[in-house]
Amino acid sequence: MADSVDTITTENKTLPLGPYPRFVTRNMDVPGIDRIEVYREHGGYAALAKALQSFQPEQLVEEVKQSGLRGRGGAGFATGMKWSFLPPTSPKPRYLIVNCDESEPGTFKDRMIMELNPHMLVEGVIIGSYATKVHHAFIYVRGELAFAGRQVERAVREAYAAGLIGKNILGSGYDLEITVSRGAGAYICGEESALMESLEGRRGYPRLKPPFPAVVGLYGGPTVINNTETISTLPAIVEHGAAVYGAYGTEKSKGTRIYCLSGHVNRPGNYELPLGTPLRTLVEDFGGGMRGGKQLKAIIPGGSSVPFLLPNQLDTPMDFESMAAAGTMLGSGGVIVLDEDTCIVGAVLRMTEFYRDESCGKCTPCREGTFWLVQLLERLEHGGGKESDIDLLNDICDNMLGKCFCPLGDAATSSIMSSIKLFRDEYIHHVRAHACLVGPGATRAHAASVTPVSAR
Amino acid sequence: MITEEVKARMREICARYPDPRSGTLPCLHLAQEAEGYVTPDGIAAVSEVTGTKIDEVESVVTFYSMYDRAPTGKYAIKVCTSISCYLRGCDGLMEHFEQRLGIQRGQTTADGSFTLQGVECLAACGMAPVLQVNGEFVENVTTADADALIERLKRGEAVAAQPGAWNVLPSKTGASAQQTAAGSGSAQTGKAK
Ligand SMILES: Cc1cc2nc3c(=O)[nH]c(=O)nc-3n(C[C@H](O)[C@H](O)[C@H](O)COP(=O)(O)O)c2cc1C
Ligand code: SF4
Ligand code: FES
Repeated sequence: MADSVDTITTENKTLPLGPYPRFVTRNMDVPGIDRIEVYREHGGYAALAKALQSFQPEQLVEEVKQSGLRGRGGAGFATGMKWSFLPPTSPKPRYLIVNCDESEPGTFKDRMIMELNPHMLVEGVIIGSYATKVHHAFIYVRGELAFAGRQVERAVREAYAAGLIGKNILGSGYDLEITVSRGAGAYICGEESALMESLEGRRGYPRLKPPFPAVVGLYGGPTVINNTETISTLPAIVEHGAAVYGAYGTEKSKGTRIYCLSGHVNRPGNYELPLGTPLRTLVEDFGGGMRGGKQLKAIIPGGSSVPFLLPNQLDTPMDFESMAAAGTMLGSGGVIVLDEDTCIVGAVLRMTEFYRDESCGKCTPCREGTFWLVQLLERLEHGGGKESDIDLLNDICDNMLGKCFCPLGDAATSSIMSSIKLFRDEYIHHVRAHACLVGPGATRAHAASVTPVSAR
Repeated sequence: MITEEVKARMREICARYPDPRSGTLPCLHLAQEAEGYVTPDGIAAVSEVTGTKIDEVESVVTFYSMYDRAPTGKYAIKVCTSISCYLRGCDGLMEHFEQRLGIQRGQTTADGSFTLQGVECLAACGMAPVLQVNGEFVENVTTADADALIERLKRGEAVAAQPGAWNVLPSKTGASAQQTAAGSGSAQTGKAK
């Protein structure tokens, strides 16, 4: 196993830190690393000192561009590029926001960073704020993650007390305030403009774009917003340099990221791997393969908002481009594994219920569409559907795609459209046999008559 | 009743933002903590400290799922029902709680001890199925764990605030350690008990 791993990742590459460096998950096993003394004993805040002493803000932006770091929140936008969209001067103050609202089903990396190594996040916030010439940063923590929120709050307090936040940080003349804020339960607040509404004390309704946050964001000022993991990677990039970080991954998807593995594998969990690592390596080597020796049926590789992959796509490299070429997305890094006993219609129903419940209600296609999608899927799953319902599902998705106010509406259609494409026979089976093809709702007598696409 | 002391804390929170209105969500959390749920009094206090209208605060309260508008049980058990937990048996777990507590999801036991709820993905999908009791996590929950949990809560033992049962791999020798761990076949996801 180790051999196959090595050959895949070391091909044509010099790897300064070995095949599996730990940039953003390092030291998480150190007891007490969540306290500032221990964090500093292990080299913490040295990258901040280096950033303040050896880099002008513009040089830092350049360094992050060079590293190839791309956003870990879902869209994978180039971080340094995003920062450079900020206007050089503006009448209103500019802000940096860390998006710690993690709530995409299948994703559980940001919570780990906050709980185990909150100072790494805080150090990243200070470095990122310095690079973007921001003097007030906000950390918006999902409301349900109370312990994570308290860990971050304490880290910020400790850093203030140590003179690492506040006036004249480490004698550099740079000033920064950091405010930790808490959400209150709304998936949509992970969307950047809805998050800003929420941070301003309102309902989390997305804003019309453009203008983009870099131009008009929080309190109307130019605003940088990045994901927890994106920001937490900054200390390692400053410490090791853009070249070392960029030596990992692929041409266009550089570095490492945390893959959150869940579902029917033996060892679910968070694994930091270079971008471009094949799905198979994650599932079989790191995840220990399928639970109970079952067959793989499908994979959702980037959180519940992205299309399915089939077992014959298990060798797809996990980078932004390869995933797009395979018809799906890397998204939030949440890799959800489904085994042969999973009813696809049931799983899709469960995911669609999420979007119905979390639709903010602002626009009609999403609010009404997600409602009707659930109605139809429920009917199909419980054996009362018609064959025309399958096309109706596609029809409703068509009427949502690109017609919703924000990407949540589009996201709701991914699992439905891709599952109908890949597992149409299984939908038809629900109609004809009035039962599931597999799983608890199946009647085996009927199941024999249909072969799922995945097994052909 | 929202005491002056709670209001003072609210004002202190609002002062951390360029605009006091930004304190609305955190102040509502405080109000809920103080009174058990968000009352008209709580809304009035938040309206006062944030300088916003009652209506505006109410529109926030009704938008976000964490604000309770009526009293809940002493222990709020929130079981994740999203996809990764679904794949690892959260529906069975939920039914088990319903049977054990004699209530349906969304209800509170007659003695006011337990409220049972289904909630969306809690960012613990690798430790599925999971639940929260009054905001603290219990992960990798079996039905036997659920029974033990109910007993502990009945005895008045709260669930401790602690990090999740993360599969943290040794980072010293980054590469090889992660590989060894991956190849060793040993379970890495310890149990938070
Ligand atoms: C419905 C919806 C939910 C989102 N949820 C999150 C989230 O929980 N965390 C996050 O970092 N980004 C989330 N995003 C993406 C953010 O809008 C934004 O692109 C991201 O925070 C930018 O950070 P990055 O460039 O570092 O990835 C969400 C987007 C949408 C449309
Ligand atoms: S697409 Fe859905 S979540 Fe987005 S604005 Fe419309 S209703 Fe709200
Ligand atoms: S699906 Fe249950 S914690 Fe994510």
